[in-house]
Amino acid sequence: MAEPLYFEKSFDVEGGSFQNAGNVSGQIKGILKDLGVSTDIVRRVAIICYESEINIVSYAKRGTITLTVTDEAVKIETKDEGPGIADIELAMKEGYSTASAAVREMGFGAGMGLANMKKYADHLIITSELGVGTYVRMMVMNFQKILHPDLPSITL
Amino acid sequence: MTLKDVKEILEAEVLVGSDQLEKPAKTAFAADLMSDVLAFAKPDSLLLTGLTNPQVVRTADILDITAIIMVRGKKPSEETIKLAEELKIPILSTRYILFETSGRLHARGVTGCIEKVGGET
Ligand SMILES: Nc1ncnc2c1ncn2[C@@H]1O[C@H](COP(=O)(O)OP(=O)(O)OP(=O)(O)O)[C@@H](O)[C@H]1O
Ligand SMILES: [Mg+2]
Repeated sequence: MAEPLYFEKSFDVEGGSFQNAGNVSGQIKGILKDLGVSTDIVRRVAIICYESEINIVSYAKRGTITLTVTDEAVKIETKDEGPGIADIELAMKEGYSTASAAVREMGFGAGMGLANMKKYADHLIITSELGVGTYVRMMVMNFQKILHPDLPSITL
Repeated sequence: MTLKDVKEILEAEVLVGSDQLEKPAKTAFAADLMSDVLAFAKPDSLLLTGLTNPQVVRTADILDITAIIMVRGKKPSEETIKLAEELKIPILSTRYILFETSGRLHARGVTGCIEKVGGET
C-alpha cells in the first residue's frame, strides 16, 4: 500500500518590496511538482498562491504563506500584518482596487486578484481585522485519493 | 509554428532562451497588465507585452507561459534577464507595436489562448 502524502511548510513574505515577489509561489510550485501533484492542480495552486503573495507584497508589512498537501487537497493559508480589509465583499468585486502607483507600475492593481483566487480555489475563506491583518485560506481538491482509494485519510 | 518562426515573423531579437527555439507556439495572450494575464492567459501560450520588469517573468513562470515577447522595442533590465535565465523562460524583443505583433502572428495561424472573456472559450 502506498504511503499517505503529507507535506507542510511555511514561508515568510516581505511586504512593500517587489524585489522577491513571486519567489515563494515559485518555490511552492516546484515542491508540488516534486510531490507528483497533477499539472492542473499545480497550476491552479500556483495562481492562487501568487495572487496572495502579490497582495501581501502590495498591501501588508509582512506575512506568511503556509502550504499543506495531502492526497485529498492542497491548502494555501496566508496571514499578514497589515491594514486589513474594511469591506471584504467589496474587495472581492472585479475592478475594485486601492493599489498604489508603485503596484500599478509593476503591472498589478486591476482588482482581479481576489476574484481570480475564488475562481481557481475550490474553497476560499477570508477574514480580516482593520489595523491588524488579513487571513486567507484556500483549498484545491486533489483527486489522487480517488485514484488510490486505499490511502488513509488525513483531514486538513 | 515554433519560437523560431515567431522570431523570424517578428524580426525579433532573442534575449533569453536561444536554445529553446524549437518550442511550439500555437496560442498567445497580449496585455500590459499582469493582473489580466493571471486572470485570462492559458498555459503553453506566448505572452506579448510592453512591460519589462521581473514580475513579467514571475507571472510567466507561474502560468507556464512558453515565451515572453516584448513589443515596441522594449528591452528588459539586467534583473529581468537574470530571472528569465534562471527560470528558463525565453524572452524575445520585437520593434513591432503590440497591434502589429498580434496581427502578424494571427495572420500566420497563432490564435488567442481564449477568444473572449465571460464564456471561457
Ligand atoms: N492582504 C491584504 N491586505 C490589505 N488589503 C488587501 C489585501 N488583499 C487585498 N486587499 C484589498 O483588496 C483589494 C482588491 O484586491 P485584489 O487582489 O482583488 O485586486 P488588486 O490587488 O487591487 O489588483 P490585482 O490583484 O488584479 O492586481 C486591494 O486593492 C486591496 O484594497
Ligand atoms: Mg491583488
